Amino acid sequence: MKIILNDREEVFEREAMSVSEMLNLKKFSFRMRIVKINGKLISRDDYGKAIINDGDKVQMFYLMSGG
Amino acid sequence: MRLSEIEDHLKNFRVGIAGAGGLGSNCAAALARSGIGTIVIVDFDRVEQSNLSRQFYFSGQTGMMKTDALKENLLRIRPEIKILAFQVKLDRENIQSVFAGCDVIVEAFDSSDMKEMIIESVQKELPGVPLVVGSGLAGWGRNEIIKFRKIDETLYLCGDEMTETSDDLPPLAPRVGIVANMQANTVVDILLRISPKAI
Repeated sequence: MKIILNDREEVFEREAMSVSEMLNLKKFSFRMRIVKINGKLISRDDYGKAIINDGDKVQMFYLMSGG
Repeated sequence: MRLSEIEDHLKNFRVGIAGAGGLGSNCAAALARSGIGTIVIVDFDRVEQSNLSRQFYFSGQTGMMKTDALKENLLRIRPEIKILAFQVKLDRENIQSVFAGCDVIVEAFDSSDMKEMIIESVQKELPGVPLVVGSGLAGWGRNEIIKFRKIDETLYLCGDEMTETSDDLPPLAPRVGIVANMQANTVVDILLRISPKAI
């Protein structure tokens, strides 16, 4: 499957995956983050069941403390 | 656009700022100077001596509520500006009422948990209202990694997305100011592209 992750095309060897799987595959380990699939915010509790499909646009960014 | 046209346009808008620390106080100052008509400030802390290293307060203001001190300072910049000050801790329940009517909201919290809370709450409770988030401003130098990202029409990100504040990597005025002003710059850019709401 091919997705657009943070505005870059990325290929994964599977047909679909959950947000949790994507985070593991990409080794995005930092805990505080925001994930959106096609503009929809996915809350932390839903990472296991929110599915990323071929062609989806995924945005992810880290929330660093300090303000 | 000429400066007078910009000020004429920006005075019609209301901007909410969540937190009046390093990001919030400096962002508010830039927005007040730019001519934003109404600024909503929200904080529940008092000004401490240590805040003066980077926040937009002055030595005679220690001990004051940040909302009171910031209001005073913004009115010195532009007496006609309208300030709505809330001395509350923002949470998922009160965000909607505190920021009602805001055209743009600036996330200016210190903790990443609060950043997550406001992003989730604004996207859910105030759909369509753009939120400008600050993430990554600790330390000094490293100008080259500070950046801006538009996630989508309702979410904008300023900062290096990499550094976290700690005892050995404190927030310092220059980098905090850069990110705060990037946030203000984003707000101005968003508002200059849209028409004021009909009243």
